[in-house]
Amino acid sequence: MSTQVDASPAAESRSSWLSGPAGRTVGLVVALVLLAVVGVITGGERFASLDNVMTILRLASVTGVLAIGMTFVITAGGIDLSVGSVLGLATVWASTLATQTMAEDLHWTVMVLTGLAVGTAAGLINGLIIAYGKVVAFIATLAMMIAARGLAEMISGRQTQVVQVDGFLDFVRADFIGVPVLVWMFVVVAVAGWFLFNRTTFGRRTVAVGGNAEASRLAGIKVQRHLLYVYGLSGLTAGIAGVMMLGRTTAGTSTNGLYYELEVIAAVVVGGTLLIGGRGTIVGTVIGVLIFAMLTNVFTINNLSISAQNVAKGVIIVVAVLIQQRFAARSTST
Amino acid sequence: MVDVDRDDAAPPEGADAPDVPLLRMEGIVKHFPGAKALDGVDLDVLPGEVHCLLGQNGAGKSTLIKVLAGAHQPTSGRIVLDGEEIAIPHPVAALRHGVATIYQELDVVDGLTVAENVFLGHELDRGGFTQRREAIRSTREMLRRLGHPEISPHREVGRLSAAGKQIVSMARALSHDARVIVMDEPSAVLDAGEVQNLFRVVRGLTAQGVAVVYISHRLEEIRQIGDRITVLKNGRTVGRDLPAATTPTAELIRLMTGRNVEYAFPTRPGVPEDAPVVLDVEDLALAGTFEDVSFQVRAGEIVGLAGLVGAGRSEILETLYGARRRTAGSVAVKGRRLRSGSVDAAVAAGIGLCPEERKSQGLVLDEPVYRNITLSTFARIARGGWLDERAERAAAREQVAALDLRPAGVDRAARTLSGGNQQKALLGRWLVHGCDVLLLDEPTRGVDVGARSELYALVRRLADAGTAVVVVSSEIPEVLGLADHVLVVSEGRVVHRAPAQDIDEHRVLDLVMEGTVA
Repeated sequence: MSTQVDASPAAESRSSWLSGPAGRTVGLVVALVLLAVVGVITGGERFASLDNVMTILRLASVTGVLAIGMTFVITAGGIDLSVGSVLGLATVWASTLATQTMAEDLHWTVMVLTGLAVGTAAGLINGLIIAYGKVVAFIATLAMMIAARGLAEMISGRQTQVVQVDGFLDFVRADFIGVPVLVWMFVVVAVAGWFLFNRTTFGRRTVAVGGNAEASRLAGIKVQRHLLYVYGLSGLTAGIAGVMMLGRTTAGTSTNGLYYELEVIAAVVVGGTLLIGGRGTIVGTVIGVLIFAMLTNVFTINNLSISAQNVAKGVIIVVAVLIQQRFAARSTST
Repeated sequence: MVDVDRDDAAPPEGADAPDVPLLRMEGIVKHFPGAKALDGVDLDVLPGEVHCLLGQNGAGKSTLIKVLAGAHQPTSGRIVLDGEEIAIPHPVAALRHGVATIYQELDVVDGLTVAENVFLGHELDRGGFTQRREAIRSTREMLRRLGHPEISPHREVGRLSAAGKQIVSMARALSHDARVIVMDEPSAVLDAGEVQNLFRVVRGLTAQGVAVVYISHRLEEIRQIGDRITVLKNGRTVGRDLPAATTPTAELIRLMTGRNVEYAFPTRPGVPEDAPVVLDVEDLALAGTFEDVSFQVRAGEIVGLAGLVGAGRSEILETLYGARRRTAGSVAVKGRRLRSGSVDAAVAAGIGLCPEERKSQGLVLDEPVYRNITLSTFARIARGGWLDERAERAAAREQVAALDLRPAGVDRAARTLSGGNQQKALLGRWLVHGCDVLLLDEPTRGVDVGARSELYALVRRLADAGTAVVVVSSEIPEVLGLADHVLVVSEGRVVHRAPAQDIDEHRVLDLVMEGTVA
């Protein structure tokens, strides 16, 4: 970004380098490295193996994909509490007997497309209600969170739907150059998300709308339509994450993705995206997701309870946000 | 007594000791880490006078009144009240000495009643129980003293207008038996009628011997209400004991800016008869706000809308811009009718709006200047959805240079710019876009005097280049000075239209008042 010919502002951007976006990313990387050091010290070989690295990445991939969509939503000044439920609904809908039969008859990608379509549709409904119905995002997506979970229960009859379409399982559970396809999917979504966020008009609109919706509207940006798309995008990532989940667990159940929205929002905020909108970072989100995944892994390796894990995650969220506020205060005072 | 002779307002009373200042600040110095905000300010205020404090943004006015209010501690200097040196270590001490400050952002609590606000922080109580009846009685008494007996002490403050809230703040000052009341830009939130009302209240207070320190950017007001002026510049007193009514404007501006700036409007070259009509507004209406508004703006013409706040001027701009959905009428740019209620259609047709509230409606404050300048055009500059930030920066730099926007860096956050430069960034946005019609709502609000003339010249230059301009301003002289043609708006109707040369401020006020009465 800073490769352009910038004669005058170079000096000023250098002086505030550490408080700028690059500085925040460095801070996150340092946190990640520290966590890895703790992992190596406490877990030794069990932590520092290629297998374990893949475990961490696999763990990060589903929430990671959700977090990319969430980064857009939060940057645009909104919130999407429904992603976990929509993920669950997508797994259920993509693994019903009817869908699986159709997939057997036609092609296994029918399941994938079903998952993506369900997710996107739910996201667009959120977007319609928020952008055109003027319902606060928190409430609209809270309603979707409850309703989508309920719908998933109705469709599945609270039964676990085992995936038996071999083509699908072969694809999703495969490795490519020694790395699981799930992880590749995360990488593709993250890279695409980075370009969309930083290099396209869609990304610029997202930041502008989140930074000042009224000014954006008066500058001629179609704010409502853009919000519709942003929530649609979040739904799409929930659909993608659902498909990934279906591959990982080989089963669609209505409890898939329970409480994921909380971890996802936490990862996005820890990554440096402002909860009030107007500033977001895809790189930060990816690192935030990795921090949470690595933390879970370190605790598991050391046989510590989920409860202790949750306490640690809570502390991390608060500390990260406190540090962020310091940075924010410093960068606005210069 | 100083040699102030005025016949329109009574000079300060105080027959006993007119020369003894009620409040005297001497050599006030205030250092902040890395900055000297005040560098030796002297101020003396007589009982019963309206003492005006003038200075550009950053001259130290706010710091000075915060020192007086006990919010800041001076590094050195003396504060003498009634002949006795006092210290004001915290805001409560200021009130105890009878020095009350009414800030621009009115510090009232919206959810409480008028009486509760008046006694906020010094509630009348007996054994921990509030004495509501007594508080209400004395609030009613103070409101009567202020000439506003119609405000009920039981009224929730959030439901009062800005002017009403200001009255509540003043009542609070009176509840502290204030002898010195400091008002920080009290008229900024008021329209012309409310300002006159405020002046009545201020005169009532001074007649009772209260001294008022009055801060305002608007020279016309200071001439009307003020007795003497103290001018600050760069944290120092550069002018003192200046008679408010007679000191020439040029002199005041010279003192404030340190240069000889003519607070002047550019000359009108005159719009040629055959200039094409660019903007054609016909029978435009917004139910309940305004109706039957028709006017045309030709290329190179500046049309001004004058009137009180609430007369519907901003709403007219916003409606023809599509930000509000019109209920009747039509808007056409170069003969093409615009879709109703669609800003993006208006922008696509070549209309640009610099809104009234720059910060909340105009700029994305944390985004860099160049992105604010290209906010309407980044999609057009982009290729197939991919941003071209190099081209955006280049376009922004071009505007920054053309508009003399300072500081010139395009990568700093828009938040860091001064009011005048933020306005220039907005103008730059529409220049990049290439507007045929430019709508300016309160273009100089919050812009200091030195930068105003510059903005006026810019707007005129845009018009000379063929842009059709519509200006709305609460400052009538600004509309009269800048526009070629003036429409007077009152109560949602255009009550008069005339070439700017054929109308003066008094006539406008007359029309506006008539409209209000009718």
